[in-house]
Amino acid sequence: MMQTLRYVVSRDVLLAMRRRADVATTLFFFVIVASLFPLGVGPDPKLLRTMAPGIVWVAALLASMLSLGRLFAEDYADGSLEQLVLAPEPLTLVVIGKVVAHWLVSGLPLVLISPVIALQFDLPREAIVTLLLALLLGTPLLSLIGAIGAALTVGVRGGGVLVSLLVLPLYIPVLIFGAGAVDASAIGMDASGHLSILGALLLLGMVLAPWATAAALRISLE
Amino acid sequence: MKLNWFKYASPVTFYPLAGKLIPWFALAAAILTVAGLYLSFFVAPTDFQQGESYRIIFIHVPAAWMSMFIYIVMAGWAAAGLAFNTRLSSMMASALAPTGALFTFIALWTGALWGKPTWGAWWVWDARLTSELILLFLYMGFLALHAAIDDPRRADRASAVLALVGVVNVPIIYFSVKWWNTLHQGASVSMTMAPKMAATMLLGMLIMALACWMYSIAAALARVRCIILEREQQAEWVANLAKEPT
Repeated sequence: MMQTLRYVVSRDVLLAMRRRADVATTLFFFVIVASLFPLGVGPDPKLLRTMAPGIVWVAALLASMLSLGRLFAEDYADGSLEQLVLAPEPLTLVVIGKVVAHWLVSGLPLVLISPVIALQFDLPREAIVTLLLALLLGTPLLSLIGAIGAALTVGVRGGGVLVSLLVLPLYIPVLIFGAGAVDASAIGMDASGHLSILGALLLLGMVLAPWATAAALRISLE
Repeated sequence: MKLNWFKYASPVTFYPLAGKLIPWFALAAAILTVAGLYLSFFVAPTDFQQGESYRIIFIHVPAAWMSMFIYIVMAGWAAAGLAFNTRLSSMMASALAPTGALFTFIALWTGALWGKPTWGAWWVWDARLTSELILLFLYMGFLALHAAIDDPRRADRASAVLALVGVVNVPIIYFSVKWWNTLHQGASVSMTMAPKMAATMLLGMLIMALACWMYSIAAALARVRCIILEREQQAEWVANLAKEPT
């Protein structure tokens, strides 16, 4: 079982590394979107400090969502997704492997560059640490939930925008608790409540999302 | 005598049954609406805090209740369609979705109309309003996904998975006023305690809720008949229907 997981993760990461441009564009999108807001609302540091948690989180959400296309589309196009579904290994395991690889390649870079963005908004140090933790808990959850949407829309025309409509309502709780955690830290309060709920959502997602994704893949591929 | 529980699980038998049931539900809805609106405007007393503007409760609360209830029923039919692989169950889920979305919209809109005179704001981002808005997005996602997939059976199953994933939101809406410190008022009606409102107000609200329920059933049955005709248009019984003299 671990072998299957290791195989799927290493395959997906290898494929992503061969097309590094795809990965880099997600990261640049995150940086650019986060930079758009100060240009739009003006440079007032107090305003930006208040808005920063929300802005960074929304940018992370959108970047995560845009990268979902890569999760199943290419494998579907060349037929390897069908082979993975038909394989004797449990499809849930394959899905977990793909989501882990997706997170390593799309979510982790966001987490690592978020302190730099946070500095652009002049967030205090405790808030930056909380932001790192919250994104560390939140980005895997975004990949998990996004996988459900990606699996439902495999091969469907207009799939990209449709995935947004399906997945963003499900992302909203993550956004609320994630941004809430950073907000609380920024005003000096304890963020552990928000982070705990985020962790709980992640656990729930780890258990239920791969199962829903596998069901959705079977439906999409028959 | 052996009862065939699945007699009406087929579109052929369900179509005429639905046709016979619609007028009864529509009539019940009409009568209850008239009774409910009469109670709301002429019998229920003026609220001591809010004056007359509270009367929108008689549309807002039933619409909100229906929006959550219909989503659960829709998810139930979607689950049945997934589990038993029956076409009609999924058709029923698709028939319920637009009515549910309509009630969600009405709840949000009437809520805003109520919020402006009482809270001073058309909209606040508190837990209940936000989760009801998410419910509207979930309904729209369900309809969009179904419309985007060409193969009707695959569309049915994909939107069924989506509906089931979203059903988690309904308890969140319902309990949001208890779990979070929100501006929206808490539950006044409970199954275990006496209601915290005047008896005539409660009665008016319940009658309007029943009216909305009857309307939803009538609308869903009418819509499912249209869906049946669309999806089964190749079948002989549909062609025979068209040939019948009206």
